[in-house]
Amino acid sequence: MGEFAMGQPVARFEDPRLLRGGGRYIDDLVLPNMAHGYVLRSPHAHAKILSIDTSAAQKLPGVLAVLTGQDWADSTFADLPTATGRKRRDGTPMYRPPFPGLVKDRVRYVGDCVAFVVAKTIAQAMEAAELIEIDYEPLPAITSTADAILPDAPRVWEETPDNIHFVHTEGDKAATDAAFAKAHHIAKQRLVLTRVTAASMETRGAVGDYDAAADRYTIYSPLQRALVFRAELMTTLRVPESKIRVVAGDIGGSFGMKSGVFNEVGIVLLASKIVGRPVKWISTRSDSFLCDAHGRDNVTDVELALDKDGKFLGMRVKTIAAVGSYTQPGSESGPVGNLGTLAGVYTTPAIDVDVTAVFTNTNPMRPYRGNGRPEAAYVVERIIDVAADEMGIDPVELRRRNLIPPEAMPYKTALSFKIDCGEFEKNMDMALVMGDYAGFEARRAAARKRGKLRGIGVSNSIERAAAPGFEGSEIRFDRTGSVTVLSGAVTQGQGHETAFKQIVCDDLGVSPNDVHYLQGDTDQVFFGEGTGGSRTAGIGGSALKMATTKIIDKAKKIASHMMKVDDVECVEGLLTSRSSNRSMTMKEIAKASLDPKNLPVGMEAGLNASAVYTAHVQNYPNGTHVCEVEIDEETGQVELVEYNVVDDVGNVINPLLLKGQIYGGVAQGVGQILMEEIRFDPESGQNLSGSFMDYAMPRAEHFPHITVKSSPVPTQTNLLGVKGAGEAGCVGAMPALANALVDAMSHLGVKHIEMPATPERVWRTMEAAKAARA
Amino acid sequence: MHNFNYHLAADVQDAVAKLSKSEDGKIISGGMTLLPTLKNRLSAPSDLIDLGNIDALRGVVVSKTEVTIKGMTCHADVAANADLQRVLPALANLAGIIGDPAVRHRGTIGGSVANADPAADYPAAVVGLDGVVETNQRRINGDDFFISLFETALEPNEVITAVHFKVPDAAHYMKFRHPASGYAVVGVMVARYGKKVRVAVTGAGPNVFRVPAMEAALEQNFAPEAIANVAVDADDLLGDMHCSAEYRAHMVGVYARRAVAAIVG
Ligand SMILES: Cc1cc2nc3c(=O)[nH]c(=O)nc-3n(C[C@H](O)[C@H](O)[C@H](O)COP(=O)(O)OP(=O)(O)OC[C@H]3O[C@@H](n4cnc5c(N)ncnc54)[C@H](O)[C@@H]3O)c2cc1C
Repeated sequence: MGEFAMGQPVARFEDPRLLRGGGRYIDDLVLPNMAHGYVLRSPHAHAKILSIDTSAAQKLPGVLAVLTGQDWADSTFADLPTATGRKRRDGTPMYRPPFPGLVKDRVRYVGDCVAFVVAKTIAQAMEAAELIEIDYEPLPAITSTADAILPDAPRVWEETPDNIHFVHTEGDKAATDAAFAKAHHIAKQRLVLTRVTAASMETRGAVGDYDAAADRYTIYSPLQRALVFRAELMTTLRVPESKIRVVAGDIGGSFGMKSGVFNEVGIVLLASKIVGRPVKWISTRSDSFLCDAHGRDNVTDVELALDKDGKFLGMRVKTIAAVGSYTQPGSESGPVGNLGTLAGVYTTPAIDVDVTAVFTNTNPMRPYRGNGRPEAAYVVERIIDVAADEMGIDPVELRRRNLIPPEAMPYKTALSFKIDCGEFEKNMDMALVMGDYAGFEARRAAARKRGKLRGIGVSNSIERAAAPGFEGSEIRFDRTGSVTVLSGAVTQGQGHETAFKQIVCDDLGVSPNDVHYLQGDTDQVFFGEGTGGSRTAGIGGSALKMATTKIIDKAKKIASHMMKVDDVECVEGLLTSRSSNRSMTMKEIAKASLDPKNLPVGMEAGLNASAVYTAHVQNYPNGTHVCEVEIDEETGQVELVEYNVVDDVGNVINPLLLKGQIYGGVAQGVGQILMEEIRFDPESGQNLSGSFMDYAMPRAEHFPHITVKSSPVPTQTNLLGVKGAGEAGCVGAMPALANALVDAMSHLGVKHIEMPATPERVWRTMEAAKAARA
Repeated sequence: MHNFNYHLAADVQDAVAKLSKSEDGKIISGGMTLLPTLKNRLSAPSDLIDLGNIDALRGVVVSKTEVTIKGMTCHADVAANADLQRVLPALANLAGIIGDPAVRHRGTIGGSVANADPAADYPAAVVGLDGVVETNQRRINGDDFFISLFETALEPNEVITAVHFKVPDAAHYMKFRHPASGYAVVGVMVARYGKKVRVAVTGAGPNVFRVPAMEAALEQNFAPEAIANVAVDADDLLGDMHCSAEYRAHMVGVYARRAVAAIVG
């Protein structure tokens, strides 16, 4: 196996550069004559803007422009793109609220963009922003997702008196009702999926640069899908896409959050056009809590019907999900795009899902790592534990009775998934051995002697990865045989550079020192849909595989021509002829390919290839998490003491990258279950968790060693046999940990605990259970 | 950040002189609290007088009966002091769990005590270890120093030069860290001086406070069970979205017992 072959733990090529401060993040960008902008945001969750006076601000030294909603409305720009395609319960199209860069007469969340000051320095811009006088008439606000549909809830948009954005149903209601009618037992639980924020290490930012001479816009901004971003931005700028260049640079985390075209992107471009300079806007950390899109936030009622042996007969899921105050393309996907995960790895024959998406006076919502997958996995895996507890069946045994067996593949679940492959019982058994499930009761008893309540939790999960779509890739050999690799994918930290270089170096036998990876620049990358939804290894990797295959085919022809043989083989990039015992390296072929005498008649010079891979079906990464917690009975403090994961993400390109993805995903899931939460004051609608002094993030000290083992069942859905890996960790972690917490307290009569399970909440849950027993 | 004049003080006298001369000046030590408020434009002093160059304000002096920590000593230096670890480990440990490493290498005892954040750790030591706050003008008893939320006995142009602690027979500090900030949601210092006992609580209330009922019970019988039934009143405590007053009251009891248990061994 070659040094860079599939499965080799190649250390990340990008790290030396990034760790030494060589990254080029958005705030590192400095353009000649660049001005700086500051967004003045709404201090109210809901208010009318009665008047705005910017005259004092305009007069301050250094100020170049002060833009308001009126300037946006008067500009050539259209509003920002919004979500499409969903309907209300009565079948009428959903209301699509306008999404201007700057609002004119009404603010709808704390953080809404009201004015933009452009000055020579950011200090001048901030100074001037303080001089803008705005007369607000505060209105009642609604920030609670569950309460948004109450008849007397304040209206976010006049056009939707019930605050309902859209309704989505999935599954088979009649069959589910019939299943419930013959149930031996029905388990029910309300589950609140809290609102969290991505808190990416790099905050958002944008530099807009309008070139008046060429009538062309360049936007520099962290994002996930450069070419899709350009297509969306085109609708706002009202110019052909070719008049727009989008450049992403290095990206310090996104998790879905940076995937949209945000207000500030439109605003810096408008400002640049007006002041005739590049204009930079950078979100401070405080800004990021106020104005970043948030994730999750739904309230779900789930019911599971079982027969007397614990066979799942049917499941009902009713969800109210927040979309926030405005929508963007893709924001509708969080509540509905990944409901398939609700069916889990089980044979449940009938499922009925009903989702109501509601407007609230809160930040817009975006996909957040898993984008509905962790939410759905949490729902199914929690209700199984609730049912197991109520029926007195071991939760692992209950799962086992309902698993889809490998012989049943391909398997069509009661929801949207048509699972191509997977060995779920094997995953579960492997994880149970790793986590010594059999020996758990002894550990529980030992912990009890130390005053600790120990619990174990298991989750099986499955999700859709690499949804049908395309990705582009390109390989360019230059005159001296070094290589530039381009991809339409956009790494936000996942390590695309490493995975892609591995493929290229292994297939073409070139040295990584000779390979440059380039992404995220729409003037360079010809085609692509970008990174998200665990799609890049499968789709982007396959696109690159297509390109290396094209290169190899061409190289073979050139080698045959040059060596005058017809038996050229390519092994790890070396072009070899057995009959003549001669060989050439890819580098030699690349150099030779620029001399016409080396080429067969009619062949184009040069060794370049581009490819677009089309994925027709998704794949289904799956796995089992087993974790253990210890709860301090007196204080409610939780310690995560054991964590084991078995994942089936198909073939593993690089186990180091994979483990990094799983660890990070687990950390995000654990963060949400134990500590993270965006909270709003119910009266004022103010964001109460607006800084890292209040918004708790998980840290290394909160984790034990996480053991990750792979149990790959390669998929046939792409050229590499890989399934997605980016979201899997987060999907499995939330339910496994929640189940462990409840298990630790279940002898007290505890049936469920909401997230985040802060020490006080755990303590109160135990106290309430004890009081109920007494 | 608003504009301000910056001064590097040569010594304490110079700092006080510059402070008195300025319109609305402020001392800056580690800047861990002051800088964020400046950056968020929540405070706009006319002048900043930096104590960073005054070496005489740095250091830990340990004797058998007293520990003196000079005003500009950072938390990390307190935590790492070998003499202190031997003579009064509770204080070294307290300094070692303030915030994170970056904060511990910048933040100072003078700044912490002067700031009187209700969730800061040092106040539990100043009160629990019978401390004395020394300034350029006078010595203030620990028990009289903290007035209320972010309010101390300091006069406008007074600079903290050192904090003195009485070495107890035994002491232990227990802290429930805020999951986001690392500050004390509840911090309890229990110290035994012969027959006398001090129990000082930070984080839980608007101001550090002693718990006389616990002290009396422990003076009778220095054992966790002695205070099993001594509760602090939740009505006097802080409640916020992270922890209610009731939970804080509960935690004061738990942590006081655990501190005693740790001392008894
Ligand atoms: C992320 C973070 C986490 C933290 N966690 C904790 C924690 O867990 N526990 C804890 O106790 N603290 C914590 N802190 C606070 C920190 O430990 C410092 O003690 C605190 O910020 C003040 O010290 P400083 O030297 O930085 O003071 P500065 O920020 O420089 O000054 C603070 C105030 O004190 C005044 N001042 C400073 N020095 C003197 C002096 N010698 N005499 C008179 N007035 C003076 C200043 O004028 C200012 O008003 C945390 C801080 C941060 C940023």
